[in-house]
Amino acid sequence: MGEDANLRRTTTLDGFRVLWVAIKREPTIFTVATLGAVLFGVLTVADAWVLGWSTQHVLIPAFDTGEIGAGLLVWVVALFMAVAILRAVGIVARRLGGGIMYYRMQSHTRRGVTRQYLSLPMEWHQRHPTGQLLSNAYSDVEAAWAPIMPLPMALGTIVMMVIAVIQMFVADVVMAMVGLLVFPAVVVANLLYQHYSSPLMTRAQELRAEVSEIAHESFDGAMVVKTLGREVEETDRFRVKVDELRDVNVRAGRIRAIFDPALASLPNLGVLVVLAVGVSRVTSGATEPGAVVTVAYLLTIVAFPIRAIGWLLGEFPRSVVGYRRAQAVLEAQGNMAYGDVELPRGSSGALLQVDGLHYSYDADTPLLRGVDFDVRPGRTVALVGATASGKSTLTSLMTRLVDPDAGEIRIDGHDLKGLRRGELPRDVALVPQTAFMFDDTVRGNVTLGADVPDDEVWSVLRTAQADGFVAALPEGLDTRLGERGTSLSGGQRQRLSLARALVRRPRLLILDDATSAVDPEVEARILASLRDDLDGDDTSAASLLVVAYRKATISLADEVVHLDEGRVVGRGTHAELLASSPSYAQLVNAYETDPAEEGSNR
Amino acid sequence: MTTTSDPAPTAGTRMDTGEEIGAMATIRLGVKYSPELREGLGVSLVLAVLASCGQVVVPIAVQQTLDRGLGAPGGPRLDFVLWMGLVAALAIGVTSWASYAMTRRLFTVSERGLATLRAKAFRHVHDLPLLTQNTERRGALVSRVTTDVDQVSQFLVFGGLIFVVSIGQILVATVLMLFYSWQLAAVVWVAFAPLFLSIRWFQKKLSAAYTVVRHQVGVLLGAISEPVVGAAVVRSNGVEDRTQARIDTAIQDWQDAYIHAQKFTVTSFSLGGISAGLANAGVIVIGVLLGFTGDMTPGKVLAFAFLVTLFVGPVQMGTQILTDAQNAISSWRRVLGILETPADLVDPGPDGEQLPRGPVDVRFADVSFAYPGGPPVLREVDLTIDAGTRIAIVGETGSGKSTFAKLLTRLMDPVDGAVLLDGVDVRRIDATSLRRSVVLVPQEGFLFDDTVAANVRYGKLDATEDEIRASAVQLGVDDWLAGLPHGLHTAVGQRGESLSAGERQLVALLRAHLADPDLLVLDEATSAVDPALEMQIGRALERLMQSRTSVTIAHRLSTAEGADEVIVVDKGRVVQRGPHAELVTQAGSVYAGLHASWIAQHSRA
Repeated sequence: MGEDANLRRTTTLDGFRVLWVAIKREPTIFTVATLGAVLFGVLTVADAWVLGWSTQHVLIPAFDTGEIGAGLLVWVVALFMAVAILRAVGIVARRLGGGIMYYRMQSHTRRGVTRQYLSLPMEWHQRHPTGQLLSNAYSDVEAAWAPIMPLPMALGTIVMMVIAVIQMFVADVVMAMVGLLVFPAVVVANLLYQHYSSPLMTRAQELRAEVSEIAHESFDGAMVVKTLGREVEETDRFRVKVDELRDVNVRAGRIRAIFDPALASLPNLGVLVVLAVGVSRVTSGATEPGAVVTVAYLLTIVAFPIRAIGWLLGEFPRSVVGYRRAQAVLEAQGNMAYGDVELPRGSSGALLQVDGLHYSYDADTPLLRGVDFDVRPGRTVALVGATASGKSTLTSLMTRLVDPDAGEIRIDGHDLKGLRRGELPRDVALVPQTAFMFDDTVRGNVTLGADVPDDEVWSVLRTAQADGFVAALPEGLDTRLGERGTSLSGGQRQRLSLARALVRRPRLLILDDATSAVDPEVEARILASLRDDLDGDDTSAASLLVVAYRKATISLADEVVHLDEGRVVGRGTHAELLASSPSYAQLVNAYETDPAEEGSNR
Repeated sequence: MTTTSDPAPTAGTRMDTGEEIGAMATIRLGVKYSPELREGLGVSLVLAVLASCGQVVVPIAVQQTLDRGLGAPGGPRLDFVLWMGLVAALAIGVTSWASYAMTRRLFTVSERGLATLRAKAFRHVHDLPLLTQNTERRGALVSRVTTDVDQVSQFLVFGGLIFVVSIGQILVATVLMLFYSWQLAAVVWVAFAPLFLSIRWFQKKLSAAYTVVRHQVGVLLGAISEPVVGAAVVRSNGVEDRTQARIDTAIQDWQDAYIHAQKFTVTSFSLGGISAGLANAGVIVIGVLLGFTGDMTPGKVLAFAFLVTLFVGPVQMGTQILTDAQNAISSWRRVLGILETPADLVDPGPDGEQLPRGPVDVRFADVSFAYPGGPPVLREVDLTIDAGTRIAIVGETGSGKSTFAKLLTRLMDPVDGAVLLDGVDVRRIDATSLRRSVVLVPQEGFLFDDTVAANVRYGKLDATEDEIRASAVQLGVDDWLAGLPHGLHTAVGQRGESLSAGERQLVALLRAHLADPDLLVLDEATSAVDPALEMQIGRALERLMQSRTSVTIAHRLSTAEGADEVIVVDKGRVVQRGPHAELVTQAGSVYAGLHASWIAQHSRA
C-alpha cells in the first residue's frame, strides 16, 4: 500500500515536471493562457459579486421604495456586460492559448524526435521496431503534452477558488466555513474517482493498441484471409479483443456513473446548508440577506470548474509514460561522426578497398571476420554467398549505414569515416533489396529533390526498364505514388529504386540483390542496358558491385568475390572459381539441376 | 453513395468515404447498424429528464428561502427553511440516483452497440474486393475500425448523454422561467438568439476545418514514417535535409490546421459567455422595471438569476458538444462508409452451388477485364483447362497473367464474360465451397505474427501437429522444419519477417497443402533466394501439384517446361497454347522469343 502510494506520488510529481518542461519552453503563450484563465476565474466570481451588488443596491431598494434611478440601471448593464466581455476575452486567451501551446509542444518534440531518427546510426534503428518508433513520434508525443490543454483552466480554477473563499469570508465567516468544507470534498471525490478509474483507463488504452494491431495485421494479410476463406475466424479474433475493450469501458462507465452525480450534488447540498445557516444568522441579525445570496451563488459556480483539476491529474499517468518514451529517443546517443575529407570531383569509377573488416550484431556470433577485397575503378565485381553470409551487411558498411567493429573501408584511398558528411552519397549509390518509395511523385522519387531535367529522368528510367510502365501511368512522371508506393508492384518499385541510384551518376554503384522481384526477362534487359550505360566510354566507366544469386547477374561481373563464414574464401572470374572452389560450384550450381539450365548448358 | 465513375462496367468500387451522409442520416444509419443503441431508450430518456430536474432544486430552494423564509411576514422563519432543506436534499438524492442509472445504461448500451459496429465494419473490410481495399491507405482503413469508433463512443457516452440532458435542462429551465415570468424568459431567449442563430454557421466552418485536420494528420503520419521505414534509403542517398524539410512542412501544416479549427471552437464558446452577461443584466433591469407594475418580487428576480445560470450552463455545454459532434459524426460516417461500400463480390451463401470434391475443370468464357478507368487488361479470353492438368501461364510483365489468377480465384469478377469451375459460374458458387476447393498461393507469402504452426493452420483450422508434420514430410520440407529454432513453435515475427522470403514461401505452401484444394493457383515467386532453398521450394511445389488441377503464373520458363501445357498471354490475349516443346518450335512466336531471351540470359554464365 505504502509502496503503491509512493508510486502514485512520484507519478503526480513527474507529471508536474513534464508540465514544467512545457512551461519553460513556451513561457509567453503559457503566461497568456494562464492570465486568460485567471481572468476567467476572477470574473466568474465577479459575476456573483455583481449579482450580490445588484441585489443589495438596486433590486431590494427598488422594491422597497418603488422607484429607481436610470443611472443605477445603466450601471447594472455596464457591470454585467463588462464582466461578460472580459470573461470572453479570458476564455479566448485560455483556450486558444492552451491549444496553441499544446500543438506547438507537440511540434517541437516531433521535430526533435524525427531529427534524431535522421541522425542516429542505422544500428540504433535496427535495435528498435518500426511500430515503436512511429508511435514514439506520434501518439507518445500527443500523450506527453495532453495535460497542457486543461492546465490553464486548472490554474485559473485554483485562483478562482481562493478568491471565492476570500469573498465568502468577507460576506460571512460562518457560511464561508461551509464553503471551505465543500471545495475540499469535491477535490477528494475527484481524486477517489481518478484512483478507481485510472487502472481501467490504462487497461482500455492497452486494449485499443491490441485491437489496432489485429486490424493492421489482418488488413495487411487480407489476400491470405480472402483466398483461404478465413473471414469468420479473423473476425472472431478481432471480436475477442473488441469485447474485452467494451467490458472495460463499461466498467469504467459504471464508476463514472457513481461519481458524476456525487460530484454534482456536493455543492448543491452545500448550498442547502448555507441557506439554513444563513437564515438562522439573518434571524439573529449576524448577517444580511445579500450575503446569503452571494455565498450560495459562489458555491454553485465554482463547484463545476474544480473538476478541471481532476482532468489535469487524470492525464498525468499517460503523459509521463509518453514523455519518457519520447525522451528516450531524444536522449539516444550515437551520432555518426564525420571527417572533413572531400573526394575529388570526377566522373571516372571509384576505387573501393575493403580491409580486414570485422562486424557482428551480437558479440557471440561474429558475422564478418576479416573481409578483404577491392573493386578497381570501372570494374564490375559480384559478391556471392549463401543466405545470411553477411552480404547485405557488407553493403551497409560500404555505404556507411553502419561502421565496422574493426578494419577499414576506403574509397579512392580515403577511409569512409574521414569523409565530410554528404560526400559519400554523392559518389556511392546503393540499391537495396527492398525498394522504399516516398509518398511523392515518380519524379520526386527518382530525383529526391535534385534539379534534374526530365529527359535525364526518362533516360535513367529507360536504363532501369521503368520507362514503359511510368509512361502508362495516368500522369506520367507527375503521378503520385502514395504511401510507400503501394500502387506499384514489387518489381516496379525496384526499377524506380534503381533509376533513383542511376540519376545520381554514381562512381560506385552497389546493387544488393536489387532486381529480385523483377521478371527474369526484364532483369536481363536491365543488366544489359546497365552495362552499356555504366561503361560509357572506357575512361569514365563507373565501378559496380552486385550482390547476386542468379547466374545471369554473376555473369555480368569481371570478378567474383565468394563470401563464406564471414570471410572471403575465393576471388577470380566465375569460370576460375567454378574450377577451383568446390563450395562455390556447389552454391551456384544448385541451379544446374534446373531443367532450363540443363537445356542451356548442353 | 458509391463513387463508380460511369455506368460502364468496371471491376472495383472505391471505399465509400461516407462524406455524403448527412448528420441526421448518419445517426439513423448508425442506429441501424448498432441496434443496441435503441434498447431501453425510452427509460433512459425518462431518467434523463428526472436527472435534469435535479438542477432546479437549488434555485427553487433559494427562491423559497428568500421569499418565504427570509421575507416571511413577521420575520425570518428558520423552521420553514429547515423543512424545505430536507425536502430539497431528498430531491437531490432521487435525481442523483436517476443520473447514476441513466449514465450506467448509456455506457452499457453505447459500448455494446459500438463493439458490434466495430466487428461488423471489420468483417465488411474482409468482404470487400482487394481492389477496393487498396483504394485506401492501410493506416486510414485501420483507423476506421479503431480511433474513429473510439471518437463515436466518446461522443455517445459523454457528448450524446450530456447533450440530451442539456436539451432537457434548457427546456426545464425555459418552462420554469416561463412559470416565473414570461417577460424575463423572453429577455433571456433574446439575449441568446445570436448564439443560436450562428450555431449552424459555426458547425459548417468547424466541419470544414476538421476535414483539413484529418487530412493533415494523415500527411504527418506518412512523413514521420519516412525516416523510420526508409532509414537506409534516406541515408545512403544523403537526403536527410530534404526528408527533414518534408517532415517540418507536414508538422507545420498539421499545427496550422489544428489551430485554425481551435479558433472556431473558442469563438463559438466565448459567444455563449457574452450572451449570458446580456441575459443577466436584462433580467435585473427588466425585473426591477416589472416590479413597479407589481408583477415581481425580489425573490423571483433572484431565482431567475439562478435560473439563467441553469440555462447558460447547458447552452454552453450544448455548443461545446455540437463542436465535438462534428468530429464524432464525421468519424461515424467513415465507419459507416465501410459498411455502405458494396461488396462487389456478392457471395450467394449456402444457397449457392457447391463444388463437388475432386480435380476441377476450368473454363473462361469470353472473359474481359479492366481496372476502373484503365485500359482492358484481358480481352475476350476464351479457354478451357481440363481437370487434373498442370498449366503454366507465361507472358511479359503487364501482359495480364496475374489478372488471370485473380479472376480464377474470384478475387475479382470479370467485367464481361464468365469464369466457370466444373461448369458453374464462380459467381454462383457458395464462397465457403469455393475457398475450400480453390486455393491461391500468392507471390509474397504473408504470415501473421504467430508461430509457424498457427500460420500453417490458416489452411486447415483443426490440423493437429502430427498432421502438419506429415504434410511437411510429404512436401519434403520436414528437414527445414526440424532445423527451425523451435520447430513448429518458432515465432515468425511481424509479417513473418523473422523468416527469410523463401521460408515464408514454404510456410505458405504447407498451408496450401493442408488446405488440400482441388484447384491450386500459384503465383510463382520471382525473388531469388538461396539456391538450395529455391530448389527445395521447387520440389515441394511439384508434390503439391500432384493429383489436382494446377495453374501456375510462371516467371521462370523452367516451370513452363515442367507443365502439361503452356498458355501464352500477350497484351491481354491468349496468343499461344500447347506443350513447351511444341511452342518453342513456332518460329517468331511470343513464346519462342521469351525462351530465347531466357536461354541467352542463362548461357552467359
